[in-house]
Amino acid sequence: MAGYLARRLLQAALILLGVSFITFFLLYVLPADPVRQIAGRSATAQTVENIRSQLGLDQPFIVQYWRYLTGLLQGDMGRSYLQRSEVADLIAARLPATLLLMAAAIACELVFGLTMGVLAALRRGTPIDTGLMLTSFVAVSAPQFVVGLLLLYVFAVQLGWFPIGGYGTMAHVVLPAVTLGILGSGWYARMMRSSMIDVLRQDYIRTARAKGLARRRIILGHALPNAILPIVAMIGIDIGIFMGGIVVVESVFGWPGIGQLSWQAIQRVDIPIIMGVTLVSACAIVLGNLLADLVTPFIDPRIRIR
Amino acid sequence: MTDAALPEVAPKGVWARLARKKLALLGLALIALTVAGAVFAPILTPYSPDTQHFDGLTLEGAPLPPGGAFPLGTDLLGRDLLTRLLYGARTSLVIGIAANGLALLIGTLVGVTAGYFRGWTGSILMRFTDLMTAFPALLLAICLAAIFQPSLWIVVLVIAMVNWVQTARVLYTETTSLAEREFIAATRALGAGHGRILFLHILPHLVPTIIVWGTLGISTTVLLEATLSFLGIGVQPPIPSWGNIIFENQTYFQSAPWLVFIPGAAILMLALSFNLVGDALRDVLDPTERGRT
Repeated sequence: MAGYLARRLLQAALILLGVSFITFFLLYVLPADPVRQIAGRSATAQTVENIRSQLGLDQPFIVQYWRYLTGLLQGDMGRSYLQRSEVADLIAARLPATLLLMAAAIACELVFGLTMGVLAALRRGTPIDTGLMLTSFVAVSAPQFVVGLLLLYVFAVQLGWFPIGGYGTMAHVVLPAVTLGILGSGWYARMMRSSMIDVLRQDYIRTARAKGLARRRIILGHALPNAILPIVAMIGIDIGIFMGGIVVVESVFGWPGIGQLSWQAIQRVDIPIIMGVTLVSACAIVLGNLLADLVTPFIDPRIRIR
Repeated sequence: MTDAALPEVAPKGVWARLARKKLALLGLALIALTVAGAVFAPILTPYSPDTQHFDGLTLEGAPLPPGGAFPLGTDLLGRDLLTRLLYGARTSLVIGIAANGLALLIGTLVGVTAGYFRGWTGSILMRFTDLMTAFPALLLAICLAAIFQPSLWIVVLVIAMVNWVQTARVLYTETTSLAEREFIAATRALGAGHGRILFLHILPHLVPTIIVWGTLGISTTVLLEATLSFLGIGVQPPIPSWGNIIFENQTYFQSAPWLVFIPGAAILMLALSFNLVGDALRDVLDPTERGRT
């Protein structure tokens, strides 16, 4: 177990190294010039060159990357080109909002997804099942920005139940969290349905039925807990999927998280922030996957870690 | 727990089995509708997608609501929304098919090569694939699209670059298990070269998987294109795309919601239809899944 963990952590570190290299390289070779953004349109060639050498952007690629990497290992993510602060501080200030949004989205997708999946499994082969599965397909096919705008239009503009955007109270969290969670709820509904169908076929369910247990007790007490377990491991993987979605959802709702931070940085070619956010996201994805793999054997002892 | 009566004997052909799935038929119908709309756009609408109609705006300069001469209303420049949607279907389908085709090609190449040759080549290719999964796909696509000068083909390229990973992983697993089977060893013993084994003996077995992932992938591609265009870094106006129609008109979203929700429904419909068909194809084509649920 300890050996496995050490190997996985080493692997994770190598993946993050690779991600940092590729992102740095892409941002280096791509035609957008950050110095032009900093200096502004009216800057003289001299000013532009001064800024370039100040930031070390006149150095060869490998020198720049090495400087970034050694800084990173000392906990220094660099300074934003356009905002006068450290990237680490900018991200730290935005992270709580994003984590809150993700936590609410996970709650939301579990509630919707698991309920739909269980109902569909129990009514298997009926029009209810077909309807729920069609709904789950709609959920995974809906573009997040359209869902966000639709929820905004109906519940904020027309009904006035929720604020139109921004951050602060619990009411602000609801619409962005539902928007972010809808995609996942579709996947959970489908997984939960097949997991539940599998469990209902097991011998112990037949035994429970044979000994005269009420249907309600069988489903709530025996089938449901066993069917949910394999689903729990998927939450880790969700974090990675959210990392893309937050860029869109946060910009639709004006949610002050790292998604919005990265979108603003991309538009202004603020490379240190883009690097920082990409690395934080990659970290989250790698750890989420690791978590999913680590949790699985605890849930199902038949699966052994090798 | 009331299982349906005895399972019926499944019909033999792929089409016949597909035809028994209601959701798949719905999906096929929606795809046919979109393709027809895209192909026959010039016949279906009397207008051009770029004409800014003189009578296409109210006296105050606001877009017209659906009805009258413009069945779905007009956009912020007084262009007919239905016409732009029909021509926009061309963009969505072209990008969906081209980007997904390219992603499928890269994914197959990487997955099959890594799965068949294993060793160093396979190791390096699969570690690279692992690396790609650690990238937040949408963030990477947004980064690339924002930094390049956006054009239709750049969008295709960007989408393909982030979408090949899953196909590669699935095909890698399948190829490794195929490569260890007796009939491959036998073929090799008969003196067949790598090329012959790969193209005549391995690839044909992968076709069902490729078809399934190819169909599901179009849905992902359509959504990604719409998202990039919505952010203003995908397909650029005046070429209509469902995503950029929403991007252009979102300032009117409170007073003219149809300009956002009609194209939004079109995106949903197209993505949904490929998901429905792809999922049904998986049931029909995948031998390991056949007969389950």
